[in-house]
Amino acid sequence: MIGLGHYLTVAAVLFVLGVFGIFLNRKNVIVILMAIELILLSVNINLVAFSVFLNNMIGQVFAMFVLTVAAAEAAIGLAILVIYFRGRGTIAVDDINQMKG
Amino acid sequence: MVQAIVFLPLLAAIIAGFGNRLIGNTPAKLVTTGALFISCALSWPIFLGFLAGTEHSGVHHVLTWIASGDMQVSWALRVDSLTAVMLVVVTTVSALVHLYSWGYMAEDDSQPRFFAYLSLFTFAMLMLVTADNLVQMFFGWEGVGLASYLLIGFWYHKPSANAAAIKAFVVNRVGDFGFSLGIFGTFLVFGTVSIPAILEAVPGMQGSTIGFLGMRIDTITLLCILLFIGACGKSAQLLLHTWLPDAMEGPTPVSALIHAATMVTAGVFMVCRLSPMFEASATASAIVTFVGAATAIFAATVGTVQNDIKRVIAYSTCSQLGYMFFAAGVGAYGAAMFHLFTHAFFKALLFLGAGSVIHAMHHEQDMRYYGGLRKHIPLTFWAMMIGTLAITGVGILGVAGFAGFYSKDAIIESAFAAGTTVGGFAFFIGVFAALLTSFYSWRLVFLTFYGKPRWTESEHIQHALHGDHHDHPDAEDAGHDTREHDKGAHEVKSGTGGYHPHESPWTMLVPLAVLAVGAVAAGMIFHEAFIGHHAGHDFWHGAVAFSADRIDAMHNVPLWVKLSATTVMLIGLGIAFYAYIRNTNFPKAFVGQFGLLYRFLLNKWYFDEIYNALLVRPSMWLGRFLWKKGDEGTIDRFGPDGIAAAVVAGTKVTARVQTGYLYTYALVMLLGVAAAVTWAMAQ
Repeated sequence: MIGLGHYLTVAAVLFVLGVFGIFLNRKNVIVILMAIELILLSVNINLVAFSVFLNNMIGQVFAMFVLTVAAAEAAIGLAILVIYFRGRGTIAVDDINQMKG
Repeated sequence: MVQAIVFLPLLAAIIAGFGNRLIGNTPAKLVTTGALFISCALSWPIFLGFLAGTEHSGVHHVLTWIASGDMQVSWALRVDSLTAVMLVVVTTVSALVHLYSWGYMAEDDSQPRFFAYLSLFTFAMLMLVTADNLVQMFFGWEGVGLASYLLIGFWYHKPSANAAAIKAFVVNRVGDFGFSLGIFGTFLVFGTVSIPAILEAVPGMQGSTIGFLGMRIDTITLLCILLFIGACGKSAQLLLHTWLPDAMEGPTPVSALIHAATMVTAGVFMVCRLSPMFEASATASAIVTFVGAATAIFAATVGTVQNDIKRVIAYSTCSQLGYMFFAAGVGAYGAAMFHLFTHAFFKALLFLGAGSVIHAMHHEQDMRYYGGLRKHIPLTFWAMMIGTLAITGVGILGVAGFAGFYSKDAIIESAFAAGTTVGGFAFFIGVFAALLTSFYSWRLVFLTFYGKPRWTESEHIQHALHGDHHDHPDAEDAGHDTREHDKGAHEVKSGTGGYHPHESPWTMLVPLAVLAVGAVAAGMIFHEAFIGHHAGHDFWHGAVAFSADRIDAMHNVPLWVKLSATTVMLIGLGIAFYAYIRNTNFPKAFVGQFGLLYRFLLNKWYFDEIYNALLVRPSMWLGRFLWKKGDEGTIDRFGPDGIAAAVVAGTKVTARVQTGYLYTYALVMLLGVAAAVTWAMAQ
């Protein structure tokens, strides 16, 4: 029987993958955006799992919201990325260090 | 009346000093000179009143200055016969020097400043001589020191003038330190700084002792010595004399006023003012006598070999001050003041005369480049002649004589009459110094006015001939030390080089004439009043310690003593005549024979070198050490510089955190979130 624990474990694994995807990744910014999506999805899994477990619809409503926000965020992120690529000619993470103190 | 005498010069100094370019040259000169002549005109009646016995001593209260517990100090002007003498000397010489400067400083471009300084000096000097308490005297004392500093360094674009000004100031600080210790000690012992109160309390303190540097010393002796150290500094006595010859860097009128007639006599005045105190301590008096005599002989020997006309007169001043001090030391305060009085006239005359010669010779000061000037500048020649006759003490016993004849002879006789060992020492030194005085004074006259012109080689004359007008008085005056040493006693070519000296304008000649009258007559007219049998009763009225017995002893010395000064004067004249007129090769031969002695004297007994090695270098080293190791190496290193460096290093480390890479920030953020969550859960 697949219980709540299994869902939460999958969500946690996804979350950790997302987090490590952000700061272990040395390739390009798109991967970071994907990692963020992964984190949001893991949160969604949590929300849906608890919603079912507690018999409360609010969790699933929130999941819809999160999906919307995630879509919007992905759109904005990609837009920034395009602009950035036009300006700098690269989206490699290692080349983006203008905030260096 | 007295207030006007003292404060008019201050007022004039303020107007001329702050008005400066706003009011222009002529008004500034008119204001200062006018104020001084008014002061002078007001001073003479006071002096004559004391002579006639119609004037009485008194104190004019001006303002309360300090009122703090036992310490009561006010601005007060004390007028007694001693002050009256100084008033006359200061205002007269100052007024004449102001007038003289109209001509001498005519080409200078900061004349208002010069006249303001002169008037400021006069004010400070008048404050000093009218002081009723030691603190006010100290105020005047420092005031004249300041004015002296400003005037020596008047041509501030000359490094040598600045160096001389600083030297004068620093050497005077040493003396002033002694003086201020003396004032503190006096207040400690007597509980007052008022001079009459102190002098009244002196007999009660006689014989008491005081702890000083871990020793028990006679109170009065200690105070006298401390005060005398101050006098030594201001009056350029031995060990603290080095600043005076260098002070000749200043314009010549300044040398005449400050470094001959007035400021340098402040020490003598102070000793005379406090004479009952010095009388009470035989030890202190002996020290005063000894230092005075030593200075007299030292300065006279150095004066015989100097080539710069102003330096010869400067050493002469130093030597004459020595006379005044040993007169004071043997208790002849009247004679000391008398010599101060006559010396002011003839020494100011000599200096102003030298200024006139320098003016005529286009600012050449080296006597080796003079010669034969008698016919070209006859009025200056006669003025210098009278000055020389006065300083060498020409006169016939019992008939008449120039000013120095009366005053210097009185000093020498009183030294003999003192009957003490140190008095006898001072007597022989005084006689020998008189011989040297005569020699160097006549040497100056013979080198300058007689013989053939030797002007060709003078750089200044060359400039004048070739129309170079860049060497205005402010550009080149005084200080030929380097050249002096280089050339040594070499022969200088003779010839006029086609130069025609010009006599000075009337503004410079009138002061010479007035001072010449003083140099001729001051001795004859006033000797009864200052050092006569009844001087103590008729004139001094207790303003200085005056003992009738001593005066009698002085008048009754053996005839050979009375004639000794005149005799050695003639010997000195003879030697000078032989060496500089008859056989002009003699000085060269002499120098060849006694090169060591000559160099010893030319280098002023190596005092400057010794001081350099003993004091200046070590303090330079100490200063440099404290600067480099102490200040920069320790305080700065661990203080401001250290903190700044630590901040810079810290920021460098911190800045490394700011990699600019997104994932670093993300990691830090995550760690932060994790920490926050952990903390929140742990609560």
